[in-house]
Amino acid sequence: MSEPNEHAHHIVGPKVYVTILFALLLGTALTVGASFVDLGAWHLTSTLVIYWNPIVALVIACSKAILVVLYFMHVRYSTRLTMLTVGAGIFMFLALVGMTLSDYISRAWGQW
Amino acid sequence: MPDSTAIAHGAPDAAEHTHGEHPPYLRHHFNSVEQQADASNFAMWLFLLTEVMFFGGLFTAYLIYRNWYYAAFVAASHQLNVVWGTLNTLVLIISSFTMAMGVWCAETRRRRGLVLCLTLTLILGLGFLGIKTIEYSEKIEKHHVPGFHYSLQSFLDPDSDEAAKAAGDKPLPLDMARHTEIYFSLYFAMTGMHALHMIIGIGILGFMIFRARAGAYTSGHVTFVENFGLYWHFVDIIWIYLFALLYLISRHGT
Repeated sequence: MSEPNEHAHHIVGPKVYVTILFALLLGTALTVGASFVDLGAWHLTSTLVIYWNPIVALVIACSKAILVVLYFMHVRYSTRLTMLTVGAGIFMFLALVGMTLSDYISRAWGQW
Repeated sequence: MPDSTAIAHGAPDAAEHTHGEHPPYLRHHFNSVEQQADASNFAMWLFLLTEVMFFGGLFTAYLIYRNWYYAAFVAASHQLNVVWGTLNTLVLIISSFTMAMGVWCAETRRRRGLVLCLTLTLILGLGFLGIKTIEYSEKIEKHHVPGFHYSLQSFLDPDSDEAAKAAGDKPLPLDMARHTEIYFSLYFAMTGMHALHMIIGIGILGFMIFRARAGAYTSGHVTFVENFGLYWHFVDIIWIYLFALLYLISRHGT
């Protein structure tokens, strides 16, 4: 089927999909397991404490999301326009969340 | 000038002679099938970005309230059942896999494989909603749905509540206990919007199975299946975050 008009895009095969499926199942097992273990905290200052449990949960969730985007959603094999669109979306999302949170963190709550 | 007569008769005649030279699904305002596919892929991603912004607002609200009322969020999240949540995560991940396989079947023109994959995806989607229904009915029974009948009992007197007792919860002060209602408002808003996306997706899946049986997506034109796949995987990603943030807060005994 090599007509000149045939859409000649990369076809991702079952092997890749099965690999990603098992990676996602493993990630799910890891994140459930990790949530039942107290991973402790990092006491930077008396007021700024970083708890590892939510960070580990989010890192695993992000890894799973990246696998889904790259392979199930074919972004790794897509045009640069698609990659740029996805990248712009993630950047915009992080910028909006970051700006909102910086506002909440930096306000003098209860001091006016 | 043989063309002038065709033009005089109007556009339909003028366009007709080109139809033999390209696949019937290529719209005339595109130069090639590839350009058409790229354009619709781009448009689908733009739609998904609006969805990211929509759910992003909910996630931001969650983040802020979680930081403010952490104790209430921990106690309220202990009311969710991790086993159901994990099971639903597995169901949804496997449905994403069957959907991806469906796209592959369409691309490689396997009609029966495509129908099978889409049907499995539909069944798994319904399974997810079934489990969600069980979880929601538990919340209704315990009066954990925000509103006039909301009950603080599980949080003021955790020993009277099986789930709270198992998690070793301490009684919350009244003002903090009331903030559990914010957690459940976010819980129902976020999982409810997610479930609505699943219901819409299942509706489209039914339509696609009907069309796929007639061979609609296995003759070279896979755009619809591909774009629906993007939507389905996006819904899966939202759930991956919902599961981590709503179910797994502080399960390690504070």
